Amino acid sequence: MSETLAVHMEHITKTFGRVYANKDVSLELRQGEILALLGENGSGKTSLVNMLSGIYFPDSGDISVHGNKVTIRSPRDAYNLGIGMIHQHFKLVEVFSAAENIVLGQPGAVAMSRRKNNLEVAQLAQRYGFEIDPAKMVYDMSVSEKQTTEIIKVLYRGADILILDEPTAVLTPHETEKLFAVMRNMKADGKSIIIITHKLGEVLAVSDRVEVLRKGEYVATVNTNETGKSQLTEMMVGRPVSLKIERPHVSPGEVMLEVVDLSCHNSDGLKVLDKVSFTVSGGEILGIAGIAGSGQKELCESIAGLYPAIGGAVLMRSELEDETIMEPVLGLRPDVISKKGISMAFVPEDRLGMGLVGAMDVTDNVMLRSYKNNKGPFVDRKTPRALAERLIEQLAIVASGAGAIVGRLSGGNVQKVLIGREIAQAPTVLIVAYPVRGLDINSSYKIYDLLNEQKKKGVAVVFIGEDLDVLLELSDRLLVLCGGKVSGIVDPRLVTKEEVGLLMVQDVTEASKGATEPPPEQLQMELPLQESTEEYFSESLNTEGNRPA
Amino acid sequence: MLDLATTLTMAAVLAGTPLLLGALGEILTERSGNLNLGVEGMMFMGAITGLLGSFLYEQTMVSAGIEAVGFVSALVALVMSFAAGAFGALLYGFLTITLRANQNVTGLVLTIFGTGFANFFGEYAGLKAGGYVAVSSVTKSAFAPLHIPVLSDLPVLGPLLFEYNWMVYFALVVAIVMAVFLFKTRFGLKLRSVGEDPAAADAAGISVSKYRYLATIIGGGICGTGGMYMSMVTTSGVWVHGCVAGYGWLAVALVIFATWSPVRGVLVAAIFGGLMILRMYISIPGLPIQIYEMLPYLATILVLIITSVRQSRKHAMPAGTGLNYFREDRE
Repeated sequence: MSETLAVHMEHITKTFGRVYANKDVSLELRQGEILALLGENGSGKTSLVNMLSGIYFPDSGDISVHGNKVTIRSPRDAYNLGIGMIHQHFKLVEVFSAAENIVLGQPGAVAMSRRKNNLEVAQLAQRYGFEIDPAKMVYDMSVSEKQTTEIIKVLYRGADILILDEPTAVLTPHETEKLFAVMRNMKADGKSIIIITHKLGEVLAVSDRVEVLRKGEYVATVNTNETGKSQLTEMMVGRPVSLKIERPHVSPGEVMLEVVDLSCHNSDGLKVLDKVSFTVSGGEILGIAGIAGSGQKELCESIAGLYPAIGGAVLMRSELEDETIMEPVLGLRPDVISKKGISMAFVPEDRLGMGLVGAMDVTDNVMLRSYKNNKGPFVDRKTPRALAERLIEQLAIVASGAGAIVGRLSGGNVQKVLIGREIAQAPTVLIVAYPVRGLDINSSYKIYDLLNEQKKKGVAVVFIGEDLDVLLELSDRLLVLCGGKVSGIVDPRLVTKEEVGLLMVQDVTEASKGATEPPPEQLQMELPLQESTEEYFSESLNTEGNRPA
Repeated sequence: MLDLATTLTMAAVLAGTPLLLGALGEILTERSGNLNLGVEGMMFMGAITGLLGSFLYEQTMVSAGIEAVGFVSALVALVMSFAAGAFGALLYGFLTITLRANQNVTGLVLTIFGTGFANFFGEYAGLKAGGYVAVSSVTKSAFAPLHIPVLSDLPVLGPLLFEYNWMVYFALVVAIVMAVFLFKTRFGLKLRSVGEDPAAADAAGISVSKYRYLATIIGGGICGTGGMYMSMVTTSGVWVHGCVAGYGWLAVALVIFATWSPVRGVLVAAIFGGLMILRMYISIPGLPIQIYEMLPYLATILVLIITSVRQSRKHAMPAGTGLNYFREDRE
């Protein structure tokens, strides 16, 4: 072969205890190409590149960089070889500025000048076309700005081999496009890039070649232009999988949940939710889309009674003593809500923090939902154990039994325990926040099936998600949040991903000043609206006073 | 009135200096991500070794028939106490950084160990010396208030600023040097990054272990010199059982009050020093002495309440403090 490989990893094996993270895996990165590393969660993608970036040390195998055999013992070794990694969890010091993070650990004069650092960083950013304020503190940055800082940090160190670990997981479609443009620029500049992802669309959009891993083992490497989604999925999962998400038709029932002008402050006194209004009926899934931190967390937590609201109302259908009324529940504690004859279930985004107790077993976690019904000082363990065993069997949870410690289960199984427990309460309103985050394809589809099952039973489901493709396929209506405001409620059957993407970034306050371009009013009007949602849509806009009569 | 204010301030500075040294040592340690609760222990170790160092130096000189020099004696005390504090911190560092033991437990153990170590050797040396250990007037005068020509003779400002023992100025210099180091140098930036986010520092190619060891050991040494102040200045060079008596714990609280800044540490140490000696200068008839003695501790509780209510990102504890770092930990 005439061209030397930028990186050649041969027969790499790495174990954690008795678990194989990588088993006899090889990787070839050619000079000046973008290689996608594809695999499900736990397939060993990140472990593999961590051995390249010096975070882990391989148990066996060889690594060559630019044709020379090397030993990478620490991130410093990796930098010296020109390898830079942009981690999935950003490695930035929160209380430092962008420039401080970028120059951190680099040789130079002992005394430092902030002005000089800022200038240097600004110049470098300009060369590659990044937008960045070098003096901005990391804790004030958006996710996309943090990522930019990470990339500049790596370039500042003179890296010519870049590794990006799931860089798009936290970005909007628009930001993803910008990132891909930057990646193509860097490739044109002669840099070799590895991008780790499990999103097939992105693999096909940006990479030259794809290497697929499965369960820590090497599967194959193919040229991107010679493959397609279904082939890649089959390689990733090990068998053909239908990628279609079902959207069963259920005629909508009564309104189960009504949210009117809900507003919330965060701890700094800034508005994180601004007059959010919508309804959800039985037998439908309302999807909620938005950039991370647009108020999703506050929205579901204030409905569930866990987050204080400053205004508005939340009404839920209550069936107590054959009387059905819409009961106001805002500001009530979850246990008070349930006493009012409302059965609501909430699957929080932070599974092991808010949803389950990691150090307790499945039975005990199930019991957390039911122990209050016990009379007397002793708890009944039999019923929850039976339920725990039933869940393990019905949802195919991989656990040694009802006595398995929840924190030691894999992410998918933890989520199944949590959703299973909540569904077992026979809720009329089910709120799920990011239920498939960190889950592999199989577990994700199992979760979608469970949600559809609830929908068929007449439950009102609120689904807060991050993957727009999934939201568009699964939900019956899609609410888009932007900066704590509802920027639209649309029919997912009739809109495109790009239109939703625009709604996700459009600033409603700016729109009312008419400052942005193209005029957002027009965009909203162009969006096809579902008849049943139109009145809420226009109502929410009227309150903002920015919709032409 | 002015006289009272001047004498009160002077007494507050004198009482605050050991607190300042203890707090400075702990600020450096915590900035690296180690929460060393062994300040009390390290101060105790510094107190006894500093005193015994001077004592033995004098004895050696006397038996050799040479006159002891105050300056040398003070230097011996400084070096010995620094070494003892650093040794305690080295034990702590080995347990928490290399063996990754729990930081809180290790710190508490160091306090218990240091207290026992100092009291044991203090009593033992006292028995050998025939009653109690005390340094001679040569050493005592080395720790006496300085008289700087011209400056000390200034009205008001003279006694207020220029008539302290050398340890006070030593503590101030340590505070300023530490502030410059932390906030103006490349190494300070590295150290702060290790304390804030060791994973980020590691990924930037900084040796987390090296910075933690160095900061913890030097910090421990500074704590040790604070202990030496207690035995050489506060108790005038006589070993008193349990002489550090809670100053180490107050120093830990001071770190929070100073929001991990050496310069603010100077100010709050003086305030705390003032609270500790208030009863000797302002007496309210009928107010029991025990109430006065509670003041620094009440202030500590108050400070803890205020700092936890006012949550500021910039003045918060370094985010990595209290957590051991292991690169291959899986998140």
